[in-house]
Amino acid sequence: MEKLAFTYDGGTPADGARGARIVGVVASGNLEVLIEPLASSRACTIEIDTAAHGFGATWQAVMDDFFARHPVGGVRISINDAGATPAIVALRLDQAIEDYLRAVPA
Amino acid sequence: MRSYYEATARERLAAIVDPGSLREILPPPTRTRSPHLQALDLPTAFDDGVITGSATLAGQPVLVAAQEGGFMGGAVGEVHGAKITGLLERAVATRVAGVILLLETGGVRLQEANAGLIAVSEIIRGICATRAAGIPVVAAIGGQYGCFGGMGIAAACCSTIVMSEEGRLGLSGPEVIETAQGVDEFDSRDRALVWRTVGGKHRYLIGDAQVLVDDRLDAFRDALAAAVRAGDRLDLAAVEREHALLARRLHDYGACKDGEDVWRAMGIEAPHEVPMLPTDVLVAAVRSRRAA
Repeated sequence: MEKLAFTYDGGTPADGARGARIVGVVASGNLEVLIEPLASSRACTIEIDTAAHGFGATWQAVMDDFFARHPVGGVRISINDAGATPAIVALRLDQAIEDYLRAVPA
Repeated sequence: MRSYYEATARERLAAIVDPGSLREILPPPTRTRSPHLQALDLPTAFDDGVITGSATLAGQPVLVAAQEGGFMGGAVGEVHGAKITGLLERAVATRVAGVILLLETGGVRLQEANAGLIAVSEIIRGICATRAAGIPVVAAIGGQYGCFGGMGIAAACCSTIVMSEEGRLGLSGPEVIETAQGVDEFDSRDRALVWRTVGGKHRYLIGDAQVLVDDRLDAFRDALAAAVRAGDRLDLAAVEREHALLARRLHDYGACKDGEDVWRAMGIEAPHEVPMLPTDVLVAAVRSRRAA
């Protein structure tokens, strides 16, 4: 497994009223994305545990694109990856942040 | 209503328990992962492939576990198994109305070897202890990966098994039998043969599954709630009844070579049509004939 970590500053503090959320499954070509509030910081931290070695530059590009789409702060994103393609990673991240930011149902 | 087969373990739980009632035990932020998979440098999951928690089901307090077949085929490792065993022990300690197990698993996680084997045997002991305490343990089987290996035994120890036609239940899975005994013994690519042998309809007809439902989340929910409401107590008389049923079944169908032979011996008219019948039509047609 290869471990990667990214930190993005300057995002808008995200209000995750429902607490931690998880989307996706650690199945072949898929991944799970856990998103939690980060009380101690206004940064967006992303930790990745991936089965595919040597794709750090690709992950960097996909994470940069994600933060450009969703400049959020005060969140910790943790990923368990089983060889997902960049498009799948991007979709899961969008799904996770949308789920996290969704208001509590009345 | 959405398909049970297509849903993930989390989607199934969300649709089956009362809305907003699920309180997850050891949720993903606790990162309760498998130390064995980490040592082997393999991918892990934050819940080790099983979601556990407390909830209400049609107003009844229950404990629930849902295995995620997508993660290592739902295989049971040490942590995964301990979560289910702990849930069963909690059921006895807190006197809930029932335990719901949404099973989707190939059995023991081979990477965890003896720890996984022990975990499955602890689950089986936990199921029997929970039932002996008068608390029903109800299994649902309707996912892509079926329920096989040691967890097939665990399922058979439950008070009630609810299956859909799509579900499969057995000990050695089709590919395992073919690998060990050859394609002449069992052709795992013959899907019709596989479902006539381990599929939901056959398991219902032969009495291993007590309830057959359509592949819908709401159908599973209603059947699980009814099974909890019905209650259960595992005692010597219940075990003796089960043994008598198994002896009768072996006597009546032991010589059959195929599921279709069993259905014919049951007196089902046009047994070859069984795989094509809608669930409600089949259930109405065989109510008095099935082996239960």
